Amino acid sequence: MAYKTIIEDDIDILVVGAGLGGTGAAFEARYWGQDKKIVIAEKANIMRSGAVAQGLYAINCYMGTRFGENNPEDHVRYARIDLMGMVREDLLFDMARHVDSTVHNFEEWGLPIMRDEKKGKFLREGRWQIMIHGESYKPIVAEAAKKSADKVFNRICVTHLLMDESRENRVAGAVGFNVRTGNYHVFKSKTVICGAGGASNIFKPRSVGEGAGRVWYAPWSSGSAYGLMIQAGAKMTQMENRIVLARFKDGYGPVGAYFLHLKTYTQNAYGEEYESKWFPALQEMVGKEYLDPEVSHRTHRPIPTCLRNHAIISEVNAGRGPIHMVTMEAFQDPHLEEIGWHNFLGMTVGQAVLWAATDVDPKYENPELTTSEPYVMGSHATGCGAWCSGPEDVSPPEYFWGYNRMTTVEGLFGAGDAVGGTPHAFSSGSFTEGRLAAKAACKYIDDGKAEGIRVSEAQISRRREEIYKPLETYRVFSNEVVAGTVNPNFINPRQGLDRLQKLMDEYCGGFGVNYMTNDKLLNIGLKKMYILGQDLENVAASDIHELLRAWELKHRFLTSESVFQHTLFRKETRWPGYYYRGDVMKLDDKNWHVLTVSRRDPDTGEYTMEKAPLYHLVGDVEKAPPVEHH
Amino acid sequence: MPTFVYMTRCDGCGECVDICPSDIMHIDKKLRRAYNIEPNMCWECYSCVKACPHQAIDVRGYADFAPLGHSVRVIRDEEKGTIAWRIKFRNGKKDMELLAPITTKPWGSATPDLSRVPAPSKEMRDSQLLFNEPKYIRMDEGGLHTLESNGLEIKEGVQY
Repeated sequence: MAYKTIIEDDIDILVVGAGLGGTGAAFEARYWGQDKKIVIAEKANIMRSGAVAQGLYAINCYMGTRFGENNPEDHVRYARIDLMGMVREDLLFDMARHVDSTVHNFEEWGLPIMRDEKKGKFLREGRWQIMIHGESYKPIVAEAAKKSADKVFNRICVTHLLMDESRENRVAGAVGFNVRTGNYHVFKSKTVICGAGGASNIFKPRSVGEGAGRVWYAPWSSGSAYGLMIQAGAKMTQMENRIVLARFKDGYGPVGAYFLHLKTYTQNAYGEEYESKWFPALQEMVGKEYLDPEVSHRTHRPIPTCLRNHAIISEVNAGRGPIHMVTMEAFQDPHLEEIGWHNFLGMTVGQAVLWAATDVDPKYENPELTTSEPYVMGSHATGCGAWCSGPEDVSPPEYFWGYNRMTTVEGLFGAGDAVGGTPHAFSSGSFTEGRLAAKAACKYIDDGKAEGIRVSEAQISRRREEIYKPLETYRVFSNEVVAGTVNPNFINPRQGLDRLQKLMDEYCGGFGVNYMTNDKLLNIGLKKMYILGQDLENVAASDIHELLRAWELKHRFLTSESVFQHTLFRKETRWPGYYYRGDVMKLDDKNWHVLTVSRRDPDTGEYTMEKAPLYHLVGDVEKAPPVEHH
Repeated sequence: MPTFVYMTRCDGCGECVDICPSDIMHIDKKLRRAYNIEPNMCWECYSCVKACPHQAIDVRGYADFAPLGHSVRVIRDEEKGTIAWRIKFRNGKKDMELLAPITTKPWGSATPDLSRVPAPSKEMRDSQLLFNEPKYIRMDEGGLHTLESNGLEIKEGVQY
């Protein structure tokens, strides 16, 4: 193989993956490190990469503090109840107290944010959401990151982090390959901010065949945030906390604006309200502390997303599906009808295409909803990700080790999906986390923590060999058979992905088993995962594009293995509607009011699991309702 | 819904190849034109459709659930700062045109160059503030929200 080795040396801050988290990191790093070398390595093109590539029609995390709308702790309380208590309140508070400045920066850069003309503030969709014309959200934000970065390497699939050889457990950069040229890229860096994505496509999707790309989270979200950090030995948290989305059927079009702004609502196939009848039994499972419809009715406390899913799943299982979104009332108003369509065009065009193809006019027909396959990520209504340090002035000792958003690997920081325990960050919160990580990374360097890093030629060439192995496997074995994709010596990335998805679905609580698993299933699943891991040593790639898919698959595999381990460890059903442990069908606060933390030993692949304490900074009851300025 | 490329409109310029987040728009080596090499990894994000200077790329809904005969077309114009959509239903009964802004500023003009702004002071570095803060994070003149300013304390245990 004649691929070149291209070394980029003396980097101070390497941003791996530049979605909203990574662009935030690159942007802010320039302010705190005006003389520092900032480099972005991105799998696609930063102008359209990450989960926001397609655009967004809302910013889902904005406090509106300057308008007297909410304080940061109000958002902490909201995210905590939505996640059934399992959040890092220090990280959430920290994100929430900064997020407004991020949003106002976006507005200054040209992002069209809708205004409430009467009140003069941003137009609210819900308590935390504001409405935007965000088709160009990503390119606008990417322009800012581009101005800050010394270099942007597009089309680099980063496969591994480099580790320092003079000091254990310290990061030294990253390696990967260019998906166009095939060249091997080595980035030697004092710090790495991992802004890579969460994981779609690890559980079998409902769509089949050509439609397999119609997943809720982007198909290019390959779990690389977790794959990269787990390989480096970083501790992970809350990886069991996968998310299931109730969305418009097949197209997975968003429902937020429909519920909150258009005031649409759901009903079963027979036109009945169904949710409340499932709540008494559900309350038995999770306790009144987590589900009290009366309190939710009276106050701002939401019914947790997972519990609303549970009602949908139960109603469908009872034979009264499908669940419909009642749009026929709202859509009679031409203005609301237009918003309904713009909402899709701004962030999920596919749903508009589907309704056009199936002649579904929501003005005259209530569209179907469904619950999706599960996803593993850390920025929407769930908080999977790395176990990170919080900020000095908020975090208790167990949550603080020197640098905000630094993982348990020194010099390795996270943002967005990469950081665990911070759900409901969404786009603006992810960007904010990137900014926080960037400031901390600059401080880490200025404090002299990155001195004396050594990376040997041996490490660099070992990774090179590893990266290209799928091409070599193909070259050696493909001619043993006449033609086709069936070969006794290897599997291709698609075949491996199919196997992973089936396994996750059947043993780890996918849609195919109604999100149900138990200790026995998980243990069988882990055995099968072990064998799949061996077979992935024999994954073959016929070209550079397939090599990209091979490495995405390996990252998805590492993510999935972690999900299995965490799901097995937490012996309770904490989030009915996201998944169920059939052997322990109740929420158990006595034993499991804790965060789960794991570490995979990079040398042996062995997992160790531990419980970490939960700290709280807000009480249950909001002191005063937010002030409305008319 | 996977994208496809019209043979007579594509000139093989590669704009779609350059922008596709999923790396699935490639140039066919014989025909010297772009095509979607992996429809089942297409998110129908329309990045390539918007980037194509010849409107050569269109979308046909996923075969597993979308019937034929529909159309969702788009023109994105950075100079005008707008995006224009047209949606046509399969039954021909609905034909919608929708227009939205994509930016409020001349394209690319309003993002700051942080290497040229005044460097942060030591006091700023030692604080929890980020660039441009405390602007917009309070309704009054105060600084950043802290546990102390908001009357909070962080404690271990079960809290609902």
